[in-house]
Amino acid sequence: MRRLIYILPLLVLAVVAAFFFVGFNRDPKLVPSPMIGKPSPAFSVAGLRGNDGTVANATYAGKVTLVNFFASWCVPCRVEHPLLMELSRTKAVNIVGVDYKDKPEDALTWLRQLGDPYGVIGADRDGRAAIEWGVYGVPESYIVDKAGVIRYKQVGPITEDVWRTEMAPLIKELSR
Amino acid sequence: MKRLILAAVLAAGLAPGMVTPAFAVNPDEVLPDPRQEERAREVSKELRCLVCQNQSIDDSNADLARDLRVIVRERIKKGESNEQVLQYVTDRYGDYVLLKPPFKATTLLLWAGPFVILAFGALGTVVYLRNRRAAGGVSGDTAPLTEDERRRLDALLRKDGI
Repeated sequence: MRRLIYILPLLVLAVVAAFFFVGFNRDPKLVPSPMIGKPSPAFSVAGLRGNDGTVANATYAGKVTLVNFFASWCVPCRVEHPLLMELSRTKAVNIVGVDYKDKPEDALTWLRQLGDPYGVIGADRDGRAAIEWGVYGVPESYIVDKAGVIRYKQVGPITEDVWRTEMAPLIKELSR
Repeated sequence: MKRLILAAVLAAGLAPGMVTPAFAVNPDEVLPDPRQEERAREVSKELRCLVCQNQSIDDSNADLARDLRVIVRERIKKGESNEQVLQYVTDRYGDYVLLKPPFKATTLLLWAGPFVILAFGALGTVVYLRNRRAAGGVSGDTAPLTEDERRRLDALLRKDGI
């Protein structure tokens, strides 16, 4: 029993070490979103392209949708773009784009050069809609279910890996 | 001498600037009502800038921080309380956005942890001191020498010629 006292500091150290080991391996840039499980916030922005019309919650009602915040000035968005093109080509999911704090002409040029994967695109010029969604950087993507509830949030570009292991299975399940 | 005075004046002018931190609030953001502006500053100091993370939105020059400062002021102008404004932001960005984490079940360890560790330390110290006393170490309440022991001790000391 007395011996146990001497082992105690070692045990405490082990617990603290484990705590830091896990803690320091987490990316502090990834902030957990309180929006998951909540209805997507009410927002309404002008369309980016001529035929887009106003983009609001009603735009994607009843469909499992990927809401993607992007900008032409955003470098990681370029990284993500080919994957979005692929999703658009295979019709994997309904994609709504929100162009964040961008000049419409820049965004249109960007889409002309790289391709346009979006069903509709809203132009959030002052970034207000993005704040309603809890966006703190682009790109950010949300999966919204048929009832309009946010089910998933991806901060930063969607990678092949994240798409395959997390997002695609969820979308499949939600589409049932 | 003139130079010395000049240096002193310059130093006095510089000193406050070095002590007060730089604020990022732009003149065009400031509310006309000074009391509302003061509240806006209070609220802004509690909110973390999500881009630079260890700065409050009051200190940060990031675009998002600016947007949030403007929203804070708009809501205060509309008559919301400080708590309502903070709630609006935490509803969207989570508790992480608060520089002072709230006291609730998930943060219990964070808030109570140091006190629990202190209590363990105090307990350990008390137990240790008690044991030492029980073992008759340095404490003053050891039994006095009996008459027999004193005589033996005297004899021993004399024999050594001390």
